[in-house]
Amino acid sequence: MNLIVDILRAAIPAGTPLLLGTLGEIYVERSGILNLGVEGIMIMGAVTAFGVTTLTSNVWLGIFASAIAGGMMALIHAFDCVTLKANQTLSGLALTMLGLGLSGLIGKRYIGMPLSSKLQNVPLKGLVNIPVIGPVLFDQDPLVYISYILAFLFWFFLFNTRFGITLRSVGESPEVADSAGINIPAIQYFAVFLGGIMSGLGGAYLSVAYAPVWIEGMTAGMGWIVLAITIFSLWRPERAILGSYLFGGVRVLQYRLQPLGISPNILNMMPFVFTILVLMIASREISKKRIGAPASLGVSYQREKTL
Amino acid sequence: MSKNIWVSLSVIVLGVLAIYLISGVRPDIIFKSIIVSAFGSIYGITETLTKSIPLMLCGIGLSAAFKSSIWNIGAEGQLLMGAVGATWIALYVMPNAPRLILLTVMFLAGAIFGALWAFVPAILKIKFNLNEIIISLMMNYIAIEIVNYLVYGPWRSPFEWGFPYSTKFPSNAQIPRFLDTRIHYPTLLLALFLAVFVHILLKRSKLGYEIKVIGENMEAAKYAGLNISRIIVVILLLSGGLAGLAGVGEVAGIHHRLRVASGISPGYGYTAIIVAWLGKLNPLLIIPVSLLFGGLLVGGDSIQVSLGLPGATINFINGLVLIFVMAQGFSNNRIFVKKGRNRV
Repeated sequence: MNLIVDILRAAIPAGTPLLLGTLGEIYVERSGILNLGVEGIMIMGAVTAFGVTTLTSNVWLGIFASAIAGGMMALIHAFDCVTLKANQTLSGLALTMLGLGLSGLIGKRYIGMPLSSKLQNVPLKGLVNIPVIGPVLFDQDPLVYISYILAFLFWFFLFNTRFGITLRSVGESPEVADSAGINIPAIQYFAVFLGGIMSGLGGAYLSVAYAPVWIEGMTAGMGWIVLAITIFSLWRPERAILGSYLFGGVRVLQYRLQPLGISPNILNMMPFVFTILVLMIASREISKKRIGAPASLGVSYQREKTL
Repeated sequence: MSKNIWVSLSVIVLGVLAIYLISGVRPDIIFKSIIVSAFGSIYGITETLTKSIPLMLCGIGLSAAFKSSIWNIGAEGQLLMGAVGATWIALYVMPNAPRLILLTVMFLAGAIFGALWAFVPAILKIKFNLNEIIISLMMNYIAIEIVNYLVYGPWRSPFEWGFPYSTKFPSNAQIPRFLDTRIHYPTLLLALFLAVFVHILLKRSKLGYEIKVIGENMEAAKYAGLNISRIIVVILLLSGGLAGLAGVGEVAGIHHRLRVASGISPGYGYTAIIVAWLGKLNPLLIIPVSLLFGGLLVGGDSIQVSLGLPGATINFINGLVLIFVMAQGFSNNRIFVKKGRNRV
């Protein structure tokens, strides 16, 4: 029992960067834009948070800066896709390369440096004493608690507000949304910007809370797993929670199995193999329930197609 | 279009400025260093040529895939699996075979391994409607771990002073090189031949026509009665096989052993994506573009040593170039009409 609580409790911080990134990407894709640059934005968030925290000795300033950096990176993508109507796949890949490159350039001086102030665990009084749930959910750091709140807000706004309906209609049928007078570019810019902020925060979580170090390329494919969880979640924030912690659990198992003498290389494969399996399951579910990706995902909207 | 030229120019200017502000090294010194090291000496030119070989092979295959708007992002993993296939043949299957036979079988095995690696995203796209971008990318990460597992584990040589290397290839399994350079010219000739072959395939064959139709409008191609599934498989096998050949060239032409993934490829499979687009998805144009990017890789190594810049600088420059390419509208997706619903 203790072992299970232990693993679950570790799965939450391991899944938190994924949850933050996925919540953002759900909104991006709901607006009809595919952002394959999550990996690049996350790593920029990680290096920015580490750098600003080192500079100011204030971890919250670091986290705030990472959100801004993530948002700015994402605006490049918004400009490419919404304004230039360029190819969304290429723009996302370019963003990933830019982010990996730029973070390597910026982060060179931080390699091997300890972080001056890391995010500490703050057990929530009262709640933490609930058996099992308490230690698992409420003995974490503040950014984890913030991610719970954000998950709720993302769910609430998407399905219970006028903004949510607008966002979904832009991704589902831009023609209808357009004729209803919705400013499609504005919605898409906002969604992509918000997605960038969330990916930036996800990266920050890695470098100031989870690891607290800077390692070049430390996201190690997490951004791509975010894209997979977005699909697994069927573009629903509440399912993103499940998906993210599931992957967090895989990551924890990866570390726990290491002392058993299994090759670390085999263990490193686990999240990626698991991603493929999970996507296969999700795809079965999608075709059974006849739901799918936002209908205009990845297609730039143009009034009166100039074909 | 003219608007986009300004976008592209400002991207480049901002990028160069960013490198300067972050690293403190003057951009003109960086570019001079890259150009001189890549093209300024005989040695530089031969190294550039050597590094262009895998870019060419991967880029040619990717151009066929991208033309049909099938996003194979997995050339990196396919290349690495090609390297694994060649190593397996060279060390464990027929190490004593005569050179011509051995090298032929190694290239075949490399192509098959690379193609099989690309078959996974192909079959998952057809049977499960899964996006090939994410799957082919996941396969890259898995391939990296397989190579590293092999060289740290079962294939690790006891004779390499503790380095994570496989045993050295027998001399019959080594691709001959041009004089005392590292240009493994049979692979280069193979790449040039395949560039012409794929060019003709795309221009003149039925498959080429089908690729064009699918790339322009997948839905219309379906209604026209094209067997989309078959074509997706063929294209991914083709591009995976070509990337696999590149992997054979690297281990049999340069390293003469299997080593950790990052030692075999500094990201050839990813750089080849840019090469393919900058080459306008035209296999013949990909030849000169590969040389350019081979030079950029040589320059990238050099600025690490001489200017102390991190290797990631080249990644950053690559990203800038890709944005440049995109903004220029080389790849404008206005021609792609809606893809079907449910495409995950």
